[in-house]
Amino acid sequence: MPLLEVKDLKVRVEEREILHGLSLTVNKGEVHAIMGPNGSGKSTLSHVIAGKPGYEVTGGEILFRGEDVLEMSPDERAAKGVFLAFQYPVEIPGVATMNFLHVALNAQRKARGESQLTTPEFLKKAYAAAASLNIPRDMLKRGVNVGFSGGEKKRNEILQMALFEPAVCILDEMDSGLDIDALRVAADGVNALRSPDRAMVVITHYQRLLNYIVPDFVHVMSKGRVVKSGGKDLALELEASGYAQFEDAA
Amino acid sequence: MNLALAKNETGRALSDSFAIARDRLPGTGRVAEARSAAFEAYDRAGLPHRRIEDWKYTDLRALMREVLPLAPTPDAAALKRAATAVKLQAIKGVRRLVLVDGVFAPKLSELDGLEKGVAVGTLRGVLESGEAALQAQLFSLDSANPMVALNSAMMTDGVVIQIANGIVLTQPLQIIHVATGTTPTAMFTRSLLRLGKDAGVTLVESYIAADGAKTYQAHDSLVVAIGDNSRLDHVRLVEDGREAFNISSAVITLGAHAHFNTFGMTSGAAVSRYQATIAFAGEGSRVETNGVNLLNGRQHADTTLFMDHAVPHCASREVFRAVADDRAHSVFQGRIIVRPQAQKTDAKMMTRALLLSDEAEADNKPELEIFADDVTCGHGATTGALDESLLFYLRARGLSEKEAQALLIQAFVGEAIESIVNDDLRELAIAAAQRWLEARG
Repeated sequence: MPLLEVKDLKVRVEEREILHGLSLTVNKGEVHAIMGPNGSGKSTLSHVIAGKPGYEVTGGEILFRGEDVLEMSPDERAAKGVFLAFQYPVEIPGVATMNFLHVALNAQRKARGESQLTTPEFLKKAYAAAASLNIPRDMLKRGVNVGFSGGEKKRNEILQMALFEPAVCILDEMDSGLDIDALRVAADGVNALRSPDRAMVVITHYQRLLNYIVPDFVHVMSKGRVVKSGGKDLALELEASGYAQFEDAA
Repeated sequence: MNLALAKNETGRALSDSFAIARDRLPGTGRVAEARSAAFEAYDRAGLPHRRIEDWKYTDLRALMREVLPLAPTPDAAALKRAATAVKLQAIKGVRRLVLVDGVFAPKLSELDGLEKGVAVGTLRGVLESGEAALQAQLFSLDSANPMVALNSAMMTDGVVIQIANGIVLTQPLQIIHVATGTTPTAMFTRSLLRLGKDAGVTLVESYIAADGAKTYQAHDSLVVAIGDNSRLDHVRLVEDGREAFNISSAVITLGAHAHFNTFGMTSGAAVSRYQATIAFAGEGSRVETNGVNLLNGRQHADTTLFMDHAVPHCASREVFRAVADDRAHSVFQGRIIVRPQAQKTDAKMMTRALLLSDEAEADNKPELEIFADDVTCGHGATTGALDESLLFYLRARGLSEKEAQALLIQAFVGEAIESIVNDDLRELAIAAAQRWLEARG
């Protein structure tokens, strides 16, 4: 059974259809890249998989380990192992990062019927994960993403991936707003989390990110559909020829 | 049925209540005369209503439908129930002074081993046989406010604390108001704190209900004088029963180079109003007031602050956070007056309201009257709902809708709660907020 299966998904926002029958199959251990020009529906796909309100699914289905994801609340999806790394992680003043991570991890564990982590247990785990991502402890005491640089926000997303150990990670435009050094640090963090049991869906506008996170499969989206799929070489092809050829094909 | 007639009946019932109670109230001679004068002042104005600007959002003629009889002196059973309620709220390292149904309860209070320079007495004691100056100070509150006047007329007991010059108490004092009445009653209390020069103390005021106490009216007031170079830290928690009525007034006067830090939180009572006047009487003093309302159901809570900058070189900061769910109504009125001679005043006020439902209401009324020209004054007010993008982020990380809301509400009120200096008291406020969030389900 595939880990994540999107079948003929049709999505509307207000009166406009954004996705017109999108299909995607992701097995465990695989890294898929979804590329496409602005407005092709890449971020919409990531939001609908994670359960963001404001989208109306008018057709198709999303299955996670064979279960209907669209029937689940965002927190149920998270507890089952679906993780969305946000393009723009929000700032939450007044909620210390450490407290947020602890509450979130325990909420997921509770939903799965697992024991709650005590503060010392949690701290040990969090500090170890933070150290591997070069995240200083001081950053964890601050409000969630408050005053973080673009690179720090993305590292905080990857830290959450490391702590929550999701089965499928959807990285929405992880490279936006990052300079090359910050991008490398973030990509190293993601690569360290690649595993035979975990799948990743890397959404990006630019091929650049895929030099650091090398995908197994590349899909090109245009106007709400996947118009071409291939291996990692497809990304290089796109880099050379641009998206224009696919806009006509769509 | 004629509504106007009903309102008049409420007023009349209060007059009857005073007539019946006056012979049982402590104090004779000048005290009895002062009571009568206060009652006349009240009687002329009657219950405040919405056409009086100061009471625009808290119309007592509509909200206070009936006047309840004066609470009887608590019997052994009442004291026992009060003791149980107090025990549930116990905080370590605090000296408890307990008022049960408006009457000081020595057996529930901790009066042993009072520090040198600290005197604790009762309002009843002062009114019956105290010094004339102290009695006069107790009647110094302005009867122009009808509910203050009513409280002056009817006050039966309270705690009178005097702290001598140079005494800095490390142990906080806590006045706990416990209501036990299983039948509807009213209580009228007044407490006094006189803090000498170069002195310091932390005062906690808590309002709670014993198990089974439902409909009651707590009418309280507090008179505070802070001496030169002294500091008062003040925490006030209103956790009255959900059918209770709490109308409290406070008048705080600061000497020179004094510091007053106060935090108030209302999560209980059906209807409550806290009206405080903070007056600067000496230069170089500083006030920080922080307040939180946590309301749901049909709760109505009004905080009305009057910051009186009468002298130069004083600073005040007001932070208020209101959370209103269901059909709750939160009111914050903040009036700052900077009198002509009060140059170099630095006064700021910031209020924010969070509405958790479409039917909840929050009214913010800032009023700045500035008569001096070399001052820094500012205010800001915002009202809004929980940010959907923050809620989604938290839910995408595994928090349920209620958990995500609770975390954001805690963060919203956190800034005000953080202002509490004493760690144990800050924990107490956090625990009270937690109780409210848990009761939300």
